Amino acid sequence: MRRTPFHEFHKEAGARLIDFGGWEMPVQYTGILEEHAACRERVGLFDVSHMGEVWFRGPKAMDAVSHLVTNDVKKLALGQAMYTAMCNERGGIVDDLIVYNVAPEEVLICVNAANRDKDYNWMITHNPMGVDIVNESDSWCQLAIQGRTAEALLQTLTDVPLAGIKNYWFAAGTVAGIPRCIIARTGYTGEDGFEVFCPAGAADILWPAIQAAGKPLGLANIGLGARDTLRLEMKYCLYGNDINDDTTPLEGGLAWVTKLDKGEFIGRDPILAQKAAGVPKRLVGLVVEGRIARPHSPIVQNGVVVGEVTSGTRSPSLGLNLAIGYVPAGSAAVGTAFDIDIRGSMAPAKVAKTPFYTRPY
Amino acid sequence: MSYPSHYKYTDQHEWVSVTGDVATVGITHHAQDALGDIVHVELPAVGKTFAKGKSACEVESVKAVSDVYAPVSGTVTEVNGALDGNEAVINSDPHGGGWLFKLKLSNPGELEGLMDVGAYEAIA
Repeated sequence: MRRTPFHEFHKEAGARLIDFGGWEMPVQYTGILEEHAACRERVGLFDVSHMGEVWFRGPKAMDAVSHLVTNDVKKLALGQAMYTAMCNERGGIVDDLIVYNVAPEEVLICVNAANRDKDYNWMITHNPMGVDIVNESDSWCQLAIQGRTAEALLQTLTDVPLAGIKNYWFAAGTVAGIPRCIIARTGYTGEDGFEVFCPAGAADILWPAIQAAGKPLGLANIGLGARDTLRLEMKYCLYGNDINDDTTPLEGGLAWVTKLDKGEFIGRDPILAQKAAGVPKRLVGLVVEGRIARPHSPIVQNGVVVGEVTSGTRSPSLGLNLAIGYVPAGSAAVGTAFDIDIRGSMAPAKVAKTPFYTRPY
Repeated sequence: MSYPSHYKYTDQHEWVSVTGDVATVGITHHAQDALGDIVHVELPAVGKTFAKGKSACEVESVKAVSDVYAPVSGTVTEVNGALDGNEAVINSDPHGGGWLFKLKLSNPGELEGLMDVGAYEAIA
């Protein structure tokens, strides 16, 4: 199994390690509920080094990215980042990504761990402008610092004025004495916070520095278990569960990052055609009564299976059973009632407004 | 956490405590630790009869759902209603307050097939 540069720190911290798409990653340190609460109430540290970093370089770097992705990345200012989908020729989602406009001829794309090789292969085989595309995933490590005191914590480790970095903007700078880090105000939790890209060789410096800076703030290490409950409360998509090669951005609730009028991009025509013909299904948030729905639980309407749950859990922050799943587009309105078949017994569910969780600050 | 010496155990990480012809059933410390934070329990209906080895109950953690099998055959006489909304007791006190259900034994001879504490500690 592949390991991140922080592996020994996880073992030392008593993490329970699991196989996550071929990566040996912490699923929890002290417990999912405790870690979830720590992130919502204080601040949490996540090793997200398994995510990949692909760089596009050259005069046409951003044009090449724009050809590959659904969002209008050419509108990015230097220092700005954008969430987007990358589609195949059928309009299915190859991956969901964040694109960083680093320098005039330099673009960073952060890809999902399980899709590192798939995405890179897709990118280099769909590069008509012939820009320089390099998979630097093994050269970078990445930590997410998420929670209401994330800025206070990180500011003790860098001279970069963090208050000036707005949501989905970033800055390059020195963190904990490590030069050439990238500090982005992004995350996957619904909290304020940062994701810090750091040269992999400096991992041994970065982790203890953040631990020391975080101690007075009650920093907790957070595993993939709480990462999942935190993102689910926001209805953030998990690639492979909620969206995949066969779902379109319109189906997956990603129309807001799909700019059909921006000009040509791979997948645009089938997505336009689907928009014209009518989107058959939509990814919605559901609140389930009594039981916890799990991925693949059938969604039933008037006794007929009409969809499927793609993610589900008990929400630690809300105390509700939350699910994400596909329902017929005509039945996607908030308040629409369904039954969910949970191992043979029916639990009532209703489409809910999302994000399920709103941070109180 | 230590395993009570007067309990019997299964290789599915359930424990059984017998008083007269009634068996109290729960999951072991090992099982709760493997599951993580427990947030929901689907208890059986009182009066329902289970054959040994049949799924009688579901215990759900944040991440996963796990079946609890009837360690012996019997009829449910009582379930632990105190767990409703307080499922974390299964994590904190798995061998005591975290008990799940009680079975009136229909074949007490089956108890002979369960593990004693020494045998269970070897696999836990």
